[in-house]
Amino acid sequence: MKIYLGIGIIAIAGFLLVAADHIDAPAVSGGTSDITDFYAFQAEDTDNVVFVANLQGLLAPGATENAAFDENVLIEFNIDTDQDNVEDLVIQAIPRDGKMYFFGPAAPNSTGLNSIILTSATQSSVDISTRMTPVTEDNAGMKFFAGPRDDPFFMDFAQYSDIIAGNASGFDNPGSDTFAGSNVLSVVVEVPKSMVGGSGTVNTWVESKRKQ
Amino acid sequence: MKILNIKNTLTLIAIAALCFNCSNDDDFTPNTGGDGNNEPDFSGVYIQQDQMGRPAVNTVFVSSDSKNMFNTTIPSEQNADFQNMFQTNLEALSPAFANPGDMNALGQDAAAFTTLLATDVLNLSLDGTTTFYDGTNVLTGRALADDVITVELLLIFGGEDFSENPTLSNDNVDANDKPFLTSFPYLAAPW
Repeated sequence: MKIYLGIGIIAIAGFLLVAADHIDAPAVSGGTSDITDFYAFQAEDTDNVVFVANLQGLLAPGATENAAFDENVLIEFNIDTDQDNVEDLVIQAIPRDGKMYFFGPAAPNSTGLNSIILTSATQSSVDISTRMTPVTEDNAGMKFFAGPRDDPFFMDFAQYSDIIAGNASGFDNPGSDTFAGSNVLSVVVEVPKSMVGGSGTVNTWVESKRKQ
Repeated sequence: MKILNIKNTLTLIAIAALCFNCSNDDDFTPNTGGDGNNEPDFSGVYIQQDQMGRPAVNTVFVSSDSKNMFNTTIPSEQNADFQNMFQTNLEALSPAFANPGDMNALGQDAAAFTTLLATDVLNLSLDGTTTFYDGTNVLTGRALADDVITVELLLIFGGEDFSENPTLSNDNVDANDKPFLTSFPYLAAPW
């Protein structure tokens, strides 16, 4: 048992090297294209669903004012409506001069790793919120928000690190939320279900893409 | 000349006022182009850097030297490229999975569990409850309050009935540090 545990711990030294997707890979770690989390859930209005993309995690309150979305980074929500894990619809978000612009939901020009912005799709925008002043916008049956929020992710990452390091044999009870008191930059979109497949189950994911 | 200057100045002020109003217009009106409005530049090609479906998948199941590659592999190709790696890493992390017939609480052996996870998309039901796991519904979405890390720890370490390795299968942080909002934008205000 002890040996098994030891092997497991060594083999997975990278396990939860933070959390949901925070700093998950060297190429994006800590940068403006680093996605920390993705959520998709039914809205307060049960005819709608909500997509949330969080970026640039672990912002201390004092560092939050200086954190900004990168105008070279496109945030793209992907929706596969026919179960082949290829996107049939995208919702794009791109910041320009203090506003977050949104395009879609619409079929992409091409699927996969490269995107162009779908300027002929439904266009919406919202002023990027400051830390103290949230702004939301409605357009075409959708709702939009972009700006800093409390990081909704919660986990005792510190204790897990101790487990990995061999300094603890298990979690504490109660645990301690390593992400308490930290902020992220959030993009939140609420859309009618009728715009993203209508019924049944869809497959969703979020991407960050940098302008070449 | 002087009159012309005043006229020009007034015109400039009028234009400035108009522009000021435009920039504060809550109801953004898309520019149809060609009339000199300062429509932002949306041109160019954007190339993928990061992606995410389910929480913690890249972090947990992808080996260090493959994490960038996983982020730039389209979901429809992830199973072919990464399922073997996922299974190897799962069996290293939770050795019981290497025993024939060993399963998680979803009734999945190591191959089935990693086949599900290797394609890193978040399933979303458009027909009702959306949750990562709430005791009844499984993988119908991800709500803000879902304790996804404990669910994943349970599926990795908890065995067939969530009873194995109790000190590893729950981090005992069950909720966010701030309550979520019931209305848009749902996430709590920043600190």
